Amino acid sequence: MGNFRTAFNSFAGRHGMGVALFVAIAVAAWVILLIVLPQLSMLDYSFRHNLPASQIGGPDDTYTLENYRYFMFGNDDGLNTLDIGILLRTLIAAVFVTILDVMICYPIAFILAHSASGVSARLMVIGLIIPFWVNEILRAFAFRVLFGATGLINSVGLGMGLWDAPVDFIRADVALYSGLAYAYILLMIFPIYNAVEALDRAQIEAARDMGAPWWRVHWRIVLPIAKPGIASGATMVFMLTSGALAAPQILGGPSSLWFTQVIYQWFNQSSNWQRGSAYAVILLLVCIAFVTLMMRVFKVSVGEIGK
Amino acid sequence: MRNRTVLLDHVSIRFGDFTAVDNANLKIDSGEFFSFLGPSGCGKTTLLRCISGFSDPTEGKVLIGGKDMKGVGPNKRPTALIFQHLALFPLMSVAENIAFPLEVRGASKKDRRKRADELLDMIALPGIGDKKVSELSGGQKQRVAIARALAVEPDILLLDEPLSALDLKLRQHMRAELRAIQQRVGVTFIYITHDQGEALTMSDRVAVMNSGVIEQVGAPNVIYNAPRTAFVASFVGENNAISGKVAGQTEGMVTLNTPVGPVSGRAAGGRKYKPGEQCSLFIRPEQLTLTGEAGPNTISATLRSQAFEGASTHLLADCAGTRLRLSQINTGAAAAPLAPGAALTLAFAPEHATVLPAGPMASE
Ligand SMILES: Nc1ncnc2c1ncn2[C@@H]1O[C@H](COP(=O)(O)OP(=O)(O)OP(=O)(O)O)[C@@H](O)[C@H]1O
Ligand SMILES: [Mg+2]
Repeated sequence: MGNFRTAFNSFAGRHGMGVALFVAIAVAAWVILLIVLPQLSMLDYSFRHNLPASQIGGPDDTYTLENYRYFMFGNDDGLNTLDIGILLRTLIAAVFVTILDVMICYPIAFILAHSASGVSARLMVIGLIIPFWVNEILRAFAFRVLFGATGLINSVGLGMGLWDAPVDFIRADVALYSGLAYAYILLMIFPIYNAVEALDRAQIEAARDMGAPWWRVHWRIVLPIAKPGIASGATMVFMLTSGALAAPQILGGPSSLWFTQVIYQWFNQSSNWQRGSAYAVILLLVCIAFVTLMMRVFKVSVGEIGK
Repeated sequence: MRNRTVLLDHVSIRFGDFTAVDNANLKIDSGEFFSFLGPSGCGKTTLLRCISGFSDPTEGKVLIGGKDMKGVGPNKRPTALIFQHLALFPLMSVAENIAFPLEVRGASKKDRRKRADELLDMIALPGIGDKKVSELSGGQKQRVAIARALAVEPDILLLDEPLSALDLKLRQHMRAELRAIQQRVGVTFIYITHDQGEALTMSDRVAVMNSGVIEQVGAPNVIYNAPRTAFVASFVGENNAISGKVAGQTEGMVTLNTPVGPVSGRAAGGRKYKPGEQCSLFIRPEQLTLTGEAGPNTISATLRSQAFEGASTHLLADCAGTRLRLSQINTGAAAAPLAPGAALTLAFAPEHATVLPAGPMASE
């Protein structure tokens, strides 16, 4: 709280009390109205019974752990392998997509920061950004078309004789992973670019002068500098991928359900907002726990990500 | 010691139409402290990068130890380059920085640490191996960069204005330090600078460069006392330039007709001048004296300003549009200061002045 007060005072000193008050109130309203209150009501929901409207506020409307118990154990008392399995699969898939994005975006960001010059760098950035003017649903359907049984990739593959029956990329989740990996590519490239750009080219040349091959230059010089960027990009991509709904809905194979789709079903098909809320809270907590764990493992602090 | 002579054989380096280095011919001996001195943008870094292997000459050859270095990468040459801004790795400790070349060669962790500690002793900074680079002072970083470059015992150390980021005091201290390190390890130092003080105090020999051309190569005292071009005369040390046409030459002495009157000086390198040839006579401020009577080799000038500097007094005078600077040793007797506008008669001995063909001069 002391920190906030000194920050406020120095801000007020610089911009005047009126401006400072406005900013403070606007930020507080933003945080409380749009972030804290909805999440709190979700949390509250998740601990309640799914009651008909007439009984809400009545004697049966008590707090309960039933929704969380249901996630763990289902209707009977065996482990709820279905939902837990879907959650695990979602997390693993999100990790996979995140790693894929790191592998695609690190070279792009490095080239953008250090090899591309002037016009070609600008063209690269434009080429990366413009496709995102197309909205998410349309992009997902475009991937469906691309990867479909009669889609471009199958036609080319068949035409060139690379394979002789249409490959079902949708069922194999190739379309889903490609779509998700592409969806958040910018959120990975720009933090890495930001971090890598600060690198002095002479350091790379110095390492080369000392005989380091390119992979060691990257491993020892570039990657450590890129690490905070990779961490912040990976956090965003992981969180957004595990929370994605449209892409799994459109591109997912018939057998693979994303955990968000389960949440969606509780809210919509089953009209059980309480259980849906509990599932959403579980997803959020598990993701936060996982990200925190990974930051421990890779020795990244939250402060570094904020840079 | 192995023969690691560096030979530049008709080396030219061009970027498109622009010639950054023009026909450099030069031999640098093993164990020499050799400096390239020249103003900013004259092609020093370009030439050094060519010696270190980051670029190849457009024309001509670079030979090290008699071997043509064409196509030999920077990592394969017996050189180590210290960059203009040092390029220490900020995320590694000091010891890791110094031992990085050994890490590249697959040395064990223990050997690396041992060598790093040895080198830290050598640069007189023992026990800082575990510090971060950001915790070092400018001079310490400087020495760590040298230690890192020496880790795998290169035969030739290339230094690109390594002191330019330091403040004056430290720079002067580091000159002596660098020279001492060079003499201790016996490695060839090829040193780039635009600071003549650095070049003259540290080097065995200096090459003065201007606009891509090596104007003169020689020991510091030769460069200072016997410049061979107008550029060298005007760039190295303070000098007065008086331009005019050759009136006549007797043996080693040339007389010029100039706006300030007829003056004579030595013909540089025993060169023969044609009558009427456009030339410049150079005379150092400390060789100009104030005299009572007019005579041969005297100039009547008007005093513009004077500045008392303790050991000496600097006078600025003017004669027919030619600016002349004098530096007079203070003898201790309190002479009455001259008033600006006072008429002066300046004199100099012809053997202290140098006559050189007219050419580009260093801008102030
Ligand atoms: N890659 C390049 N492409 C085009 N021109 C270049 C290139 N590198 C250097 N130059 C030009 O070559 C000339 C010499 O540059 P160089 O860096 O060698 O100067 P320098 O003597 O090291 O100067 P400084 O003391 O400022 O470091 C400059 O005019 C520069 O603009
Ligand atoms: Mg330079």
